[in-house]
Amino acid sequence: MSDNIFITEEQIEGADDGPLAGRTVAVKDNISTEGVRTTCGSKMLEDYVPPYDATVVSRLKNAGATIVGKANMDEFGMGTTTETSYFGETDNPAAPGHVPGGSSGGSAAAVAAGEADLALGSDTGGSVRCPAAFCGVVGIKPTYGLVSRYGLVAYGNSLEQIGPFGETVEDAAALLDVIAGSDERDATTREAPRASDSRAGSTRETRSEGDDSSYAAAATGDVDGLSIGVPTELLEGADEGVVETFWDAIGELEDRGAEYHEVSLPSVEHAVEAYYVIAMSEASSNLARFDGVRYGHSGGYDGNWNETFAKAREEGFGDEVKRRILLGTYALSAGYHDKYYKKAQDARAWVKQDFDEALSEADVLASPTMPVPPFELGESLDDPLKLYLADANTVPVNLADLPAISVPAGETDGLPVGLQLVGPAFGEERLIRAASALA
Amino acid sequence: MSDDAVSPDEVRHVADLARVDLDDDEVDRFTEQFAAILEYFETLDEVPEVDRDAELANVMRPDEERASLESEEALRNAPETEDGYFKGPNVS
Repeated sequence: MSDNIFITEEQIEGADDGPLAGRTVAVKDNISTEGVRTTCGSKMLEDYVPPYDATVVSRLKNAGATIVGKANMDEFGMGTTTETSYFGETDNPAAPGHVPGGSSGGSAAAVAAGEADLALGSDTGGSVRCPAAFCGVVGIKPTYGLVSRYGLVAYGNSLEQIGPFGETVEDAAALLDVIAGSDERDATTREAPRASDSRAGSTRETRSEGDDSSYAAAATGDVDGLSIGVPTELLEGADEGVVETFWDAIGELEDRGAEYHEVSLPSVEHAVEAYYVIAMSEASSNLARFDGVRYGHSGGYDGNWNETFAKAREEGFGDEVKRRILLGTYALSAGYHDKYYKKAQDARAWVKQDFDEALSEADVLASPTMPVPPFELGESLDDPLKLYLADANTVPVNLADLPAISVPAGETDGLPVGLQLVGPAFGEERLIRAASALA
Repeated sequence: MSDDAVSPDEVRHVADLARVDLDDDEVDRFTEQFAAILEYFETLDEVPEVDRDAELANVMRPDEERASLESEEALRNAPETEDGYFKGPNVS
């Protein structure tokens, strides 16, 4: 594979029959596959072979899908370019010489290059939507609790969801149909009151979210009467060509009967720092399990356990992972917890309130998925803070636990631009209906 | 840069807490980067206190015996095992 899309190329056959029979799927390499190496893009797990399948992998197999490989990714999901992978960078099939986005860059590239019909990624702060936007494909970040995380190697548990990629909204939605639904092995998948589409009626029902979904059927492209809120904060500072492409796509939706109005989300000015404090704090705790004793790169047996664990982790983790573990440890350490972690949780609650308010006066919210077009390979690695700021439009959605979709909006200077739509909790059908007007 | 910008000693202390060895180059680089990143995080001071009324409920299951991984499977990825146990380094 010249583009380095997969870390491990291996065919895993599913059931003979099912809704995904005959379809090929790339699976991000932080999603456990029984008997097939699962590295998280890290030297730490270079030789790790899970003894069990993630729930989403069992569901893929039962649905008849063929898994074609484990896709490249930023190490442990920590990155926006897929360049932090221990296994090397992945080229962008839609814009050669540029990054595919991250952290699920291999998954998006697999779909864009035609190496797989569909793909699974995970999205902690934009890791499905960013690569979807950069590679010119569709990616969905489901509502927190819609898709089981059992078997997903944890990075930021309170933020992340597994999500589908496809070339079209309908394809991605068909994959969401297969993976969504309650799972007794993930207590955060849940029964929730399901708000029906406000334009379709006012009935409310209770069910286990996603158990009998028909997301693919929602891809009708009908946006007549759709009310779109455009948060002005998410356009500020964005690349000019990206903004122009974004408005062209909104214009296309207007032509088909949608209307838009501007809204304000003052809290999102603090979303990036709140997100990184929470994600790094959770990461510092989650990644404490990698000590080289039960699995992963061993630090040997010389010296005491503190010394060998510290050696295993020095050798097994790359720069960005160390950076986040250390900053997370710092943010949670005595004397700093209230200053960083507690304030970040306040910001998170504020972001949620802002979205709830904006979505009470609009069916969906729209913005560019990424404020910039894809970086050139190698362009951005030296300045971590600059990369964190590129997540400004995606991280608020994870803080608010809401669903979002990135759909191709067009190009600027030959580089793909994504449009992000955000909806109310468990409003995936509404997002799919609206986004399918564009792809 | 704020008054309490992070020092190389603090980076070493945090790395020690997190059980991650760092070489001197890494300490220097992280000290510089952390100063910029933490300065940015300081803007959280501007966030007002917010009521957090999450509607969360515990999810319980009956406490019943059920199948789990065979110990052989659970040990398969361990660098070293002994008599059906994981083998770790000396505690001290």
